[in-house]
Amino acid sequence: MKPFTNRSKAVTKTAMTFMERIYLPAILGGMFITFKHIFKKKATVRWPDEERPRSEVYRGKHVLKRDDKGAERCTACGLCAVACPAEAITMVSAERNKGEENLYREEKYASVYEINMLRCIFCGLCEEACPKEAIFLTQELMPSFYDRQDFIYGKDKLVESMDNRIDVSKRQESNVVTHKYNDN
Amino acid sequence: MSTLLIIKIGLIIVIFSITLVVAMYSTYMERKVAAVMQDRIGPDRAGPWGILQPLADGGKMFFKEDFIPNKSEKWLFILGPGIAMFTACMTGAVIPWGGTLSLFGETFTLQIADIDIGILYIMGFVSIGVYGIMIGGWASNNKYSLYGAVRASSQMISYELAMGLAILAVVMTTGSLSLKDIVESQSGGQWNVFYQPLAFLLFIVCAFAECNRAPFDLAECETELIGGYHTEYSSMKLGFYLFAEYINMFISAAVISVLFFGGYNFPFMNDLGLSANAITLIGVGVFFAKITFFIFFFMWVRWTIPRFRYDQLMHLGWKKLIPLAIINLMITGAWLTFKDDFMAIFNTMF
Ligand code: SF4
Ligand code: SF4
Repeated sequence: MKPFTNRSKAVTKTAMTFMERIYLPAILGGMFITFKHIFKKKATVRWPDEERPRSEVYRGKHVLKRDDKGAERCTACGLCAVACPAEAITMVSAERNKGEENLYREEKYASVYEINMLRCIFCGLCEEACPKEAIFLTQELMPSFYDRQDFIYGKDKLVESMDNRIDVSKRQESNVVTHKYNDN
Repeated sequence: MSTLLIIKIGLIIVIFSITLVVAMYSTYMERKVAAVMQDRIGPDRAGPWGILQPLADGGKMFFKEDFIPNKSEKWLFILGPGIAMFTACMTGAVIPWGGTLSLFGETFTLQIADIDIGILYIMGFVSIGVYGIMIGGWASNNKYSLYGAVRASSQMISYELAMGLAILAVVMTTGSLSLKDIVESQSGGQWNVFYQPLAFLLFIVCAFAECNRAPFDLAECETELIGGYHTEYSSMKLGFYLFAEYINMFISAAVISVLFFGGYNFPFMNDLGLSANAITLIGVGVFFAKITFFIFFFMWVRWTIPRFRYDQLMHLGWKKLIPLAIINLMITGAWLTFKDDFMAIFNTMF
């Protein structure tokens, strides 16, 4: 068979030579290699002093987006919860009352929206499933807590604030965006 | 007499604390050496460069739950780490840490006890150290611990033989069992390692086995025996076992330096024209430098070579090291007996 790389080596099963049997040359060779590593560049990233660069589509903590007028985009359709393989998302839907148009974009909205971050595997399927471009994963890392209850993120922690909007443009492919907005 | 007593007590306290501090910082050094050899940084959070890490580790050990398994032999379970620690600390008594020092009108040697069977004493205490491991492993009433204990005991018995034979060659050339005499005989760069290279090699391999260090750490291999004899131990009892291992490593490094590398001797020590006290102090420093190097060597080997298989270990011990040690012994004996004849033949030939 033709070898795939030029690194392949034919294995022979001959008896070990005397030099191989006394181990010591091989051990000294190994020790030389480990010694050389003392002077190599260290691979450690001293987190949290130093941050490892994360990709622009890194799948971190979620955000529930608002539209440009500040209304929540989510319509509580539940598609994200269905798509979620870890069953991390729960929500309660409610009907929009008159005068709340500036708060909620659609006629139906999620009055409760919770993600259990201990269940979430940060797969991003919720983001993919959402027809309203409402839920996104962000570059932000999930912090850790001492209490399990703290990992259940409600709307207070998920919905973005208008003063501090999160840019997700890199996560949306242009054809998807036009397709979805044309549907609207 | 009383000043001598005070000096000796002071010496005991100093050596005891040095032993503990060195063992403490060996844990730190081990982690650092492992880290740099694997292209990592290692502990660097506690204090500058992480030098307070051993204190943090020790503090952690004290605050852990001290757990005694329900079905264990309670007293033996407590005795095990005690024996391990005790024997580890006792061996430091006969090591000659330095030459003679004159202070307050008294001249004394930097050695707690210069007994004339020093090396035998060390061998004896090292053998008793196995009991700590055996008793601890057996009393835990756990199959992994028992396996570790059985392995430890058979490994130590096998390697003690080769170790003893290797030392015997040195003792034959020196003509004394006292460590002080062995060191003195090596002054002026006449290090034993040049005369007995094979004995040195055998000794250092056996020292690895006696200290339960990789590549012979079969008694406590984490991967197969989840810690071996100390599987059931927690808190400071576990700390004692780990500590004893590092003390043993320190003492082994000291014994290697004493037997083969001239102890506190350093080249040209008598040609520098320094006062006796200064030479002694430099000698102590040199001795500790040698010890540090060998401790580093132990770690270096640990992070280079994978663990031996059990049958390979026995094979190496019984079929390779012991015959080699006997051959070495015979050659040394022949040389010592027929040295003059050899020299005569040599002189007639050239
Ligand atoms: S990222 Fe994946 S696991 Fe997490 S909530 Fe979204 S769909 Fe569920
Ligand atoms: S986040 Fe998107 S998918 Fe989930 S309920 Fe809201 S609109 Fe539907």
